[in-house]
Amino acid sequence: MSNWMRDPTAETTAVKRPRVAPPKSLDGITVALFEIGKTRSDEFLDQVERRLNERGVKTKRYAKPTNAKVAPVEVMQRVATEAGAVVIGLSD
Amino acid sequence: MPGVAERLEAKHKGGLSARRIEYGENDDPAEVCYERGWTDGLPVTPPTDERVLRMLKGTTRSPGEVIGRMPPYLAECTIEKIAINAVMAGCKPEYMPVLLAAVEAALDPLFTLHGVLATTYFSGPIIIVNGPVAKRIGMNSGINALGQGNRANATIGRALNLIVRNVGGGRPGEADRATLGAPSKYTLCFAEDESDPAWEPLSVARGFAPGASTVTLFQGHGPEAFVDQKSRTPEGLTRSLASVLVKLGHPRLVQSARAIVVLSPEHYAIYRQASWDRGRIERALYEATIRPGAELVAGLDGIGEGVPASRASEQVPKFHEDGLMVVRAGGPAGLFSGILPGWLAGRNRLELQPVTREIKA
Repeated sequence: MSNWMRDPTAETTAVKRPRVAPPKSLDGITVALFEIGKTRSDEFLDQVERRLNERGVKTKRYAKPTNAKVAPVEVMQRVATEAGAVVIGLSD
Repeated sequence: MPGVAERLEAKHKGGLSARRIEYGENDDPAEVCYERGWTDGLPVTPPTDERVLRMLKGTTRSPGEVIGRMPPYLAECTIEKIAINAVMAGCKPEYMPVLLAAVEAALDPLFTLHGVLATTYFSGPIIIVNGPVAKRIGMNSGINALGQGNRANATIGRALNLIVRNVGGGRPGEADRATLGAPSKYTLCFAEDESDPAWEPLSVARGFAPGASTVTLFQGHGPEAFVDQKSRTPEGLTRSLASVLVKLGHPRLVQSARAIVVLSPEHYAIYRQASWDRGRIERALYEATIRPGAELVAGLDGIGEGVPASRASEQVPKFHEDGLMVVRAGGPAGLFSGILPGWLAGRNRLELQPVTREIKA
């Protein structure tokens, strides 16, 4: 004899997606510099941008409107479309 | 025999659609819940069909209705899933309308539930109940209102957190990144003391009609203690409270948070005697927590925390202008009040706010 309970979870199945392979080199790709909305993350990304540009790497800046919420889909799609790598600026 | 109706209903009518989880007759169902990762660390009541069907009697809403998408993984949250988690938390069916309003408030984008769950800070959802429903279901607004011992207080708050965990997938160490967390993340739910007709209840201050039952959700933790057994004037008590409020988080952290002051009856009596109402107390506390920027500059006394030197000549408020809410609760004796500090993420006053919802069936 067996008994049962009801599942309290959303009953969703995790889908494992393979990670995108990191680029072998930054030559010819644009690196997204993504500011998450915390204080001074712009200062951190300014430094990163300067160092990348000195090495001839193209960069492009993006930002979340606020650190308290997830990035809008439209911003994530722009990053995915326009950049080949991304640096996320966590700071405080 | 209690449960006969639900047993017959479960056997002959059914009506539940959540997946069945089978366990053997030699398995302890409470342990099965642990093994499946469904608990907050404390035992839960196993959600059998009879119990879930009984819980659903507490609402007129259909079990299949989707109330919203639950962060962090934005899974559909149905009335049935809420009832299952309410069973596990220990709720009675008559708590369901309160819990449903709390879930709806938590899903309001202004509440920012994803962030509250994911933050490294201490915060969780705090629930304050106003109106006749609080007495009807036996909630505690008196002695030990922020503590243990009252079933409705304990289980409504717990159910909301279990729903975030089980339906939303928000588990510590995964999407929940709290550095330390807080005991209040198990549950922190209480009713406001509305026994004094001169006092404007929180629900009315937040725009609801007198006599309406509401839940107000606040992103915070606590309580932290405020002790003043000697001030006897409203001005003195306000300055005294302000001296503790300005220290929340860090004395030099400003304009990033809100806070609730849970005013005890003996402290409230000092304000009441002088005819200070909610608006006047909240305004006076806001003004009393404005300080000269020169005292808050980073680096003073070798302490790195603080505001930039460029703000030294400003008068700097600790809180947003609408950032302090007073709630009355507590036992009759004790010149102590409680402070529930808010989440520090609210740098932009408009992006993150407490949310109030009317409680309906």
